[in-house]
Amino acid sequence: MADAAIELIGINKSFGAVHANRDIHLEIPRGTIHGIVGENGAGKSTLMSILYGFYQADSGEIRVGGKPTAIRTPNDAIAVGIGMVHQHFMLVENFTVLENIILGAEGDALLGGSIAKARAELARLEREYGLEVDPDAIIEELPVGLQQRVEILKALYRGAEILILDEPTGVLTPAEADHLFRILGQLKEQGKTIVLITHKLREIMAITDNVSVMRQGAMVATRVTRQTTVEELAELMVGRRVLLHVEKGAASPGEVKLTVRDLVVKDVRGVVMVEGVSFDVRAGEIVGVAGVAGNGQSELIEAICGTRKAVSGTVLLDGKPIDVTGVADPGELRDRGLAHVPEDRHHVGLVLAFEEAENSILGYHDDPRYLRGPFLDNDAIIADAEDKIKKYDIRPGNPHLKTANFSGGNQQKIVLAREMEQDPGVLVVGQPTRGVDVGAIEFIHKRLIAMRDQGKAVLLISVELDEIRSLADRILVMFDGRIVGERGPEASEGELGLLMAGVEHKEAAE
Amino acid sequence: MSTPFAKLPAWADYGLIPLINLLVAFVVAGLVVLLVGENPLRAATILFDGAFGNGQNIAYTLFYATNFIFTGLAVAVAFHAGLFNIGGEGQAYISGLGVVLVALSLDGIMPWWLTFPLAILGAAATGAAWAFIPAYLQAKRGSHIVITTIMFNFIAASAMVYLLVDVLKPAGSMAPETRTLLPGGQLPKLNWALEALGMSVRSAPLNITFLLALVMAVVVWALVWRTRLGYEIRTFGFSPKSARYAGIGETRIIIVTMMISGALAGMMALNPIMGDQHRMALDFVAGAGFVGIAVALMGRSHPAGIVPAAILFGMLYQGGAELAFEMPNISRDMIVIIQGLVILFAGALENMFRPTIQTIFASLSPRSVGLSAARGEGA
Amino acid sequence: MDVLVQLLDATIRVSVPLLLACLAGLYSERSGVFDIGLEGKMLVGAFVGASAAAVSGSAWIGLLAAVGISVFFSLVHGFASITHRGNQIVSGVAINFIAAGSTIILGQAWFRQGGRTPALSGDARFQAITLPGADAVKDVPVLGLIYSELISGHSILVYVAFLMVPFTWWVLFRTRFGLRLRAVGENPAAVDTAGISVTWLRYRAVICTGILTGFAGAYLAVAQNAGFVKDMTAGKGFIALAALIFAKWKPVPAMFACLLFGFLDAASIRFQGMPWPVIGKVPVQLINALPFILTVILLAGFIGKAIPPRAGGVPYVKER
Repeated sequence: MADAAIELIGINKSFGAVHANRDIHLEIPRGTIHGIVGENGAGKSTLMSILYGFYQADSGEIRVGGKPTAIRTPNDAIAVGIGMVHQHFMLVENFTVLENIILGAEGDALLGGSIAKARAELARLEREYGLEVDPDAIIEELPVGLQQRVEILKALYRGAEILILDEPTGVLTPAEADHLFRILGQLKEQGKTIVLITHKLREIMAITDNVSVMRQGAMVATRVTRQTTVEELAELMVGRRVLLHVEKGAASPGEVKLTVRDLVVKDVRGVVMVEGVSFDVRAGEIVGVAGVAGNGQSELIEAICGTRKAVSGTVLLDGKPIDVTGVADPGELRDRGLAHVPEDRHHVGLVLAFEEAENSILGYHDDPRYLRGPFLDNDAIIADAEDKIKKYDIRPGNPHLKTANFSGGNQQKIVLAREMEQDPGVLVVGQPTRGVDVGAIEFIHKRLIAMRDQGKAVLLISVELDEIRSLADRILVMFDGRIVGERGPEASEGELGLLMAGVEHKEAAE
Repeated sequence: MSTPFAKLPAWADYGLIPLINLLVAFVVAGLVVLLVGENPLRAATILFDGAFGNGQNIAYTLFYATNFIFTGLAVAVAFHAGLFNIGGEGQAYISGLGVVLVALSLDGIMPWWLTFPLAILGAAATGAAWAFIPAYLQAKRGSHIVITTIMFNFIAASAMVYLLVDVLKPAGSMAPETRTLLPGGQLPKLNWALEALGMSVRSAPLNITFLLALVMAVVVWALVWRTRLGYEIRTFGFSPKSARYAGIGETRIIIVTMMISGALAGMMALNPIMGDQHRMALDFVAGAGFVGIAVALMGRSHPAGIVPAAILFGMLYQGGAELAFEMPNISRDMIVIIQGLVILFAGALENMFRPTIQTIFASLSPRSVGLSAARGEGA
Repeated sequence: MDVLVQLLDATIRVSVPLLLACLAGLYSERSGVFDIGLEGKMLVGAFVGASAAAVSGSAWIGLLAAVGISVFFSLVHGFASITHRGNQIVSGVAINFIAAGSTIILGQAWFRQGGRTPALSGDARFQAITLPGADAVKDVPVLGLIYSELISGHSILVYVAFLMVPFTWWVLFRTRFGLRLRAVGENPAAVDTAGISVTWLRYRAVICTGILTGFAGAYLAVAQNAGFVKDMTAGKGFIALAALIFAKWKPVPAMFACLLFGFLDAASIRFQGMPWPVIGKVPVQLINALPFILTVILLAGFIGKAIPPRAGGVPYVKER
């Protein structure tokens, strides 16, 4: 292609043992909107960070406008006309819009002139692209949609010809997202090149000219958007993975153990992440919540398990309410038989500086079994830890070893052993096999099935679709804070993929 | 971008690196000695001799160490909860009040062994109360505990000056201090113990508070590593998110930990007041609260490290006094410099030498630091 | 009237070191580097300033030396807390102790006057400046008195200190450096992605801190007093820190906070042992503790809320 805005040739990037980008080749024609889709962890953000000079590729070449270009810092990227709108806005919250826009592109050492110039330039950009925003407003007082507009203006002010947007609609309402797409359309008409990173296929179909699909660090396909379908993209995204085979019989659901009704949860920024979610989990079944990360699953389980305050809604455990909007105490919930394997074992589920045995009682440290008066009963704790080590095949089998020294799979087994061996009525599990080696995955899956067969109610959250499909008896798909569909375990990967990508079923059928 | 610190063998992590940091602190202190025109090696010899040369000196060294054990433990307990209690100085100072009020009211009617336990309670309660306010403000109002405890040091100092000058000073006395305590408020000396070991002690203030300090070291060890509360404190200190997950209340841990810390700092007041001067005078804490920071950092917040670190600082204190006789250019203030250098190198710059050490280890035996990490850094 | 003017005159004199140190802290803390080592830097500045002035016979060389050593200590703080991402509080504590100990040891070793430096006189000390026309208007009631007694007759550093207030405001809010400085204290990632070096920016901020604490030290030892006395800062660095919090990290309120705390100090000396107007007899210690008590109350959010720079105290680590 003669007129490529950006060419990436053989880009490789590793973080330690993780090969985040492998041999990426990509051409983005000038004046187009180019979508890059892929599941979480497919390497999209890493690739864009390389393009923006935040990281440096281990090998490969970047050409901008046909010329090989070394992009070592964001400055280099800005200099060749690349601008980026980060997923988490890079704005100074108590600065005005104008101050944010000129930061790093002030021109003179004195602000007087540059502010006047910026004001005029801003007015011009506003006119040209319909990007109205009060230049003197304080960022933190603006709605998220406008904050994002400031990010775009920041890039345009720096003369960006190529604009990268990383998951731009994650924090937007549908109306705001539509507005954003209109703006992007206008920018394209003005000759700008736009790279849109997303996992939402609906957006790709709506506004892109071309789309590239990434999977597990590799660029697997590039299509002209008009010539492809959501189904094809969903399939490319997910790949035809061999379904991990898990032996399991039919479920025999019993009474309702966990009831969730109209739950609404906000994240720290005040963005509504869970919007009126309702479902039940019965004894003897695994309910899987599928969805691309960031669609509210994390907030959902945190609210249920008492580590995050909900805004409204009810949660019943064995028919009795949990004070999710007030002071739900995770300790008390444990006593009531709710065990929780958190998504983030490094910062939440474990204290990495602790010995293995110390972690094997975390959250249950007030259980009389482990205590002698106010003292910890070390003998009992060690014996208990050794017992779990044996049962769960945790290696190395040393209860005094510092937890940080265990592999990811064994760390996860420490958490699972702790939570499962308490014989809870309800088990809430988040990302049970993230960063876990294959052998351990199989073991963990078997254990979860065993829990179900013992008549426990299991709520499973995972971004690994095949994990949900092989374990769950019922699959709830979460998108944008809502449950957009419920399917049986026999649902096809494509069907679930579409739901996860926010394409409604009837839309997909068209 | 790769892991900033590859793994080192535990002995290097807990032994070698702290030792190097300490060594550098002392080398820089040696440079200061050079700067004032003295020989650092000779200074070190005199210092050591002055601290341990005879029974008398050892008794003094241990007397000072007593103060530092208390304040070091106080800082360490707070560290375990991820809190930085800079207020040990003020907590110890204000606790003089708890000690002296008990002692002044009971020294005429009770023997020392009845006064002592009550005075311990008085000291601990006052210190805990003084630490409670910053703790409460941190837990409930989000005020930064470092700033509040600094402010409370100054408030304590002003309050004590006022009390000593205007309230506690006996009528007709000029000096801003309380009356001298009667024998019922005086603690027995421990010098006999050193004499029993064949050393001669003329008169040194070492008293049974030293034993209390050792007991508290054991108590702190048991508290932190052997009780449920200690488990909760450490969980919160390492990872507030894990603590939340485990149902450990943040407010409770901050307040309880700070009160324990304040109580430990407060007990320091027993040593000079009931053990040595037998009265409460202005500024009896004399910086011991701050030495506690250096002691805790050097002892890596473990009683087994704190006691030797406190004795080291006791040695600097006592030996420094001797040194001032021999080398007129050096006064006891030398230890303030050493204290600062220890805090700098063992605290703020604790990771300075780590990359170098890792490189050395990697070149000696690549396997000990993990190959992948080494490769990641090279990339 | 005379009493009031004298009191205000004393207020100005005791406020100046607070003000210089407070503005010093403002640069560092606004950039996200907490600095509880103002006290120590002021102390070494005072000591080295007085020593250099005594040896050279020039107050200006004293000032230069004070700034030099103070900047050096700032760089140590920066090295620990910016380059090595050490704990900023721990580093500040260390600097205070190193300063307290070394000024006494070196002072005794070099001058043998019990920790004092030789008394400064003549050109070795900053002398009071009589502003033009001060003598002429002396007898004009009120305004003349204010001009000749209150405004005129201070050393150059007093005027520098007060001029630093609008200057700092101007730097902070009207220059590129100030914009970036404020940004890096709030959101270093935004600065980094804008292509600006967080490290270098923060180093420049702590250098500013060093320069101003050097001025504060020089004022103490080479202008206000005729030489260094051991521990002569006596907690002023912490009062300045309290004032900085009290002023919510803003230059003009910082001046008023320092004047308020200075006034309390001057008044407590003036009225020592005497009943105060209106409130009667107040223990002088209560007045001394008032800056700290007020700051605690403010920090607790009982009278407005002091929100520190959001990235303060946290070393910047590029996120992955």
